[in-house]
Amino acid sequence: MNTWVYVDHFKGNALPSSWEAIGVGKSLGQVTALVFGSSVETLATTAFEHGADEVLLAEDASLEDYRAEAFATTLENLASKQMPDLLLFPTTTRGRELAAMAAIDLKTGVMVDVTALEVVGDKVTITRPIYGGKLLTRETCSSKPLIITLRGRAFPKPMQQAGRSGKLTRVAAATGDFPTRVEGYTTSGSGVSLADAGMIVSGGRGVSNNPAFTPPPGLDEKQVEVWRGQQGFVLVRDLASALGAAVGASRAAVDAGYIPYVHQVGQTGKVVSPDVYIAVGISGAIQHLAGMRTSKVIVAINKDPEAPIFRLARFGVVGDLFQIIPALTTALKKKMGK
Amino acid sequence: MKIVVCVKQVPDSTAKVVVEQGRIIWGDAPLVINPWDEYAMEAALQQREALSGTVTAVTIGDESARETLRRALAMGADDAILISDPGLVNLDTQATAQVLAAVIRKIGAVDMAFFGRQAIDGDAGLVPAQTARLLGWPALTLASVIKVEGGSVHVERGIEEGRQIVTAKLPAVFSMTKDFGEPRYPSFMGIRKASRVEIPAWSLAGVGIAAPVSVITWPEIINPPSREITCEYITGSNPDEIAEALAAKILAEKVL
Repeated sequence: MNTWVYVDHFKGNALPSSWEAIGVGKSLGQVTALVFGSSVETLATTAFEHGADEVLLAEDASLEDYRAEAFATTLENLASKQMPDLLLFPTTTRGRELAAMAAIDLKTGVMVDVTALEVVGDKVTITRPIYGGKLLTRETCSSKPLIITLRGRAFPKPMQQAGRSGKLTRVAAATGDFPTRVEGYTTSGSGVSLADAGMIVSGGRGVSNNPAFTPPPGLDEKQVEVWRGQQGFVLVRDLASALGAAVGASRAAVDAGYIPYVHQVGQTGKVVSPDVYIAVGISGAIQHLAGMRTSKVIVAINKDPEAPIFRLARFGVVGDLFQIIPALTTALKKKMGK
Repeated sequence: MKIVVCVKQVPDSTAKVVVEQGRIIWGDAPLVINPWDEYAMEAALQQREALSGTVTAVTIGDESARETLRRALAMGADDAILISDPGLVNLDTQATAQVLAAVIRKIGAVDMAFFGRQAIDGDAGLVPAQTARLLGWPALTLASVIKVEGGSVHVERGIEEGRQIVTAKLPAVFSMTKDFGEPRYPSFMGIRKASRVEIPAWSLAGVGIAAPVSVITWPEIINPPSREITCEYITGSNPDEIAEALAAKILAEKVL
């Protein structure tokens, strides 16, 4: 099978799920990586080192910033000359959007956020979660080319082989009037991204219940609650930072205003599957459990022994998180020599 | 400003959804407007309040989907259209987008089309960009801030690295995230008004297109393998002792 893999990046930094996609492509045959941007030749080198046989490199000032229309049209022009059998994208914000548009341009469908794929001859059947992970669906596509986006961390990342090389082909960026202009960025500064995180520490509503804290005077009832929640998340962030983990949150904690929405894990937030997921003061509403149930090891710390989260947990502590979490942070730092 | 909001009816997010004998069931949980679409409604209503104009809610579904349109009307939509036809079953995303693009063209002179970022049943998140591509309009997806000035629009979009700030020309397609701000609750007056609004149903012939061809099929939907495991409870005589034991377990799971 002749596979194209879109390498998603931000200012030349590839998202690791791009390399996972190259790994999947390699298991099926020849891989051509697509690298679009401005001054991104080093990404082509890295694509070869992760297994790409060929790289189609579109370098142009007009591709400096990701813009859906310019990138999708560049891809459409390439595919119309030399149609691949399979187009793989990482399920990132950009990858998902480009896959969506490519399907319209190439008159085919998209199988999105795929966690497993089975290939028999030229028939591909995928598996993907739906209903926020409450169910799994198997899908096939009757038209060509096949377009698939792969969920991050669902497939192994190939080993990077330093010095491995391949055929570099420079291709043209789409010309035309793409009226969307990029004015700039605000970066979140929220540390490790949830989708790529190997470890996540998440806080729930329970983090606001520390009786030892006295809120500053002059706050109304709602502000006191938010203040308490934010204090609780200081403990969650400290633990995450000791582990190099990303910070997550339950919907209840986000809705209560303790932490911004980008941290929300669950059916209406992000669906994650780290190696280790530490749930702090999260009881485990069904929408939350659906969004983190594929984590390899779940650790739950909660004062309520009946909390549903313990049914998924490999390790549990029934107790006061305000005592356990700081002690755990200290113990981990000590053991890790920090 | 002529604004269209595309909404979908889905089982409530708190529903326990399972497959029994090959069918998806969600107990007695209600069917509701897709939660993300409430943000799309809120964004649309705020644009109408700032710029004047009309908001039209559109859904594809059977007669029961009228309830979801009533919810959109109760929030403040001026009118609503049900797209209903025997040819509209088991649609994949590109087929859905073809229908919605045709509906938006048929409504005519639309400036802004709003969507939720994805539906919480299929979780695809493809239809907004696909509809934009079919219409030839900018796709301003995952938007959290929208400001219209003259014929152009300023948008902040959520990306993995933070936010991308873009400007584009109208007409455009927008998909909304929760960062936009809490959607309003329908008022009592809104609910009363919604109950009186006549909701027309358009068939495919009414839209003026042939039945779209879906290319994705889903031969099997299954319950995920059980994750229920026996929890090993870590105990100790004081928090430090518990923390010490738990730290050792965590570090044993992952080489840091």
